[in-house]
Amino acid sequence: MLDQWVFIAFLLPVGLLLPAAAIALGFLLGPRKPNALKGDTYECGIETVGSTWVQFKAQYYVYALVFVVFDVEAVFLFPWAAAYNQLQLYMVLEGILFVAILAAGLIYVWRKGSLEWV
Amino acid sequence: MIADPFAWAYDQLTALLLSLGMTAVWAQTVLRLLGAAVLATVLLVSTFFLIWGERKLLARLQDRRGPNRVGPWGVFQTVADFVKLIGKEIIVPTRADKAVYLLAPLLVVLSVIGIWAVVPLAPGVVGTDLEVGVLYLVAIGAVGTLGIMLAGWSSNNKYALIGAFRSVAQLVSYEVPMVLVLLVPVILASSMSLVGIVDAQAGMWFIVMAPVAALVYLITSIAENGRAPFDLLEGESEIVAGFNIEYSALAFGMFFVAEFLHSLTIGAVVTTLFLGGWRGPGAEAYPLLGFIYFLLKTLSVWLVIVWIRGTLPRIRIDQMLGFNWKFLTPIALGILMMTALVDKMAVAAGWNRTVVLLLANAAAVGIILASVQGYARRQRRRDQAQLAPVEAAPAAVH
Repeated sequence: MLDQWVFIAFLLPVGLLLPAAAIALGFLLGPRKPNALKGDTYECGIETVGSTWVQFKAQYYVYALVFVVFDVEAVFLFPWAAAYNQLQLYMVLEGILFVAILAAGLIYVWRKGSLEWV
Repeated sequence: MIADPFAWAYDQLTALLLSLGMTAVWAQTVLRLLGAAVLATVLLVSTFFLIWGERKLLARLQDRRGPNRVGPWGVFQTVADFVKLIGKEIIVPTRADKAVYLLAPLLVVLSVIGIWAVVPLAPGVVGTDLEVGVLYLVAIGAVGTLGIMLAGWSSNNKYALIGAFRSVAQLVSYEVPMVLVLLVPVILASSMSLVGIVDAQAGMWFIVMAPVAALVYLITSIAENGRAPFDLLEGESEIVAGFNIEYSALAFGMFFVAEFLHSLTIGAVVTTLFLGGWRGPGAEAYPLLGFIYFLLKTLSVWLVIVWIRGTLPRIRIDQMLGFNWKFLTPIALGILMMTALVDKMAVAAGWNRTVVLLLANAAAVGIILASVQGYARRQRRRDQAQLAPVEAAPAAVH
């Protein structure tokens, strides 16, 4: 069972190391002449005003909530789908009922106007 | 050996390692490490030609010649670009969050390479046959978006930050329909393993049984990749270069590599999930032939993705959110429920699954088109009502 993950345990570090090596190569071979102007924030030629690290717009909040609901729902649905060929018709209907409740939730959010970008 | 070079190479290498006095378990582990290194390297090197191919295709679509100076047909243009990028300075802005700033491009590449771990390349040739392969696809794919968010946030630049905000909005909108339509091949194959899904397509490719799901998956994958028409996180005309504005030299190059490699990766995943993977006539007997089929199918999906990029204009952020939440998500929910129900009833009644599902999909397309048409008609009427001159308006009291 854990055996399946060995390849991923190898591939992910390699996938991290190769681009890291490329960037390290850039640091080694490229010129390095930092100065205050070059290191400054590049926006539109004028010095940047105010802090950049501001809070996210509250508009995202509703989207993010709906997103979390649907994403968690999907995690529940995957085992149901993976066992599909062993399911009886009523079990399939139960799964569909579950999806339908969420669809009703989507309609509710839509009707409330929360899916409008402002 | 010619028919099955993969198994041949594996056997030869195992024999070599065993003769060096390794135990079988160690030999297997070393070969896995070797396989991972070869896979990642081949993918990154193939990017040179992918970028060239995409630029050439885009040029043709736009009635230009494209790169044609370095090497025959300009094949080595990307190599020249790479050499140039090596010689450039990697500027780390003084105000940036340096560790995160340098980590972000690595994560973006990592997420694309990581996807290939579970994609079956030919019969018996797969990085790892993960039991939860489909969930792994979603998880590792989201890491790339995370990298883009980190890049935009750590740059400490307002345009980059807007790019990051947009990538968040994109993430929360495309991922829902994507995960929902991913359930459709899982239902049809009754397996979350990608090898299992390819095996289940021995009789019929899933694109015939679930064409709508395949299309929705392709669209949401393009959105995940953040390329045209969903490239608003780097919209040049609005936010300069979006999340990668502060990056230079190879640090910027890594974003580029990841984006172009991702389009091929989408091709590979769509091929695996919906186009039968490596399946084709004679593929079981000759795994090399299976690999060629896989490559051909992957490249054709890639071609479609490039074609879309060359054809469609960028959409606005409110349009993208509306498109994902009000169009793709209801479709994905409907298709999921329909597939689950129709497939079970077809099996119970002893009908032909393929025909019944294809008919059900055709009906679904009809319903979708009719409702879009109705929506467009209502919208037109509303627009006209707004434009109509107000006749002899009495003092309007609202």
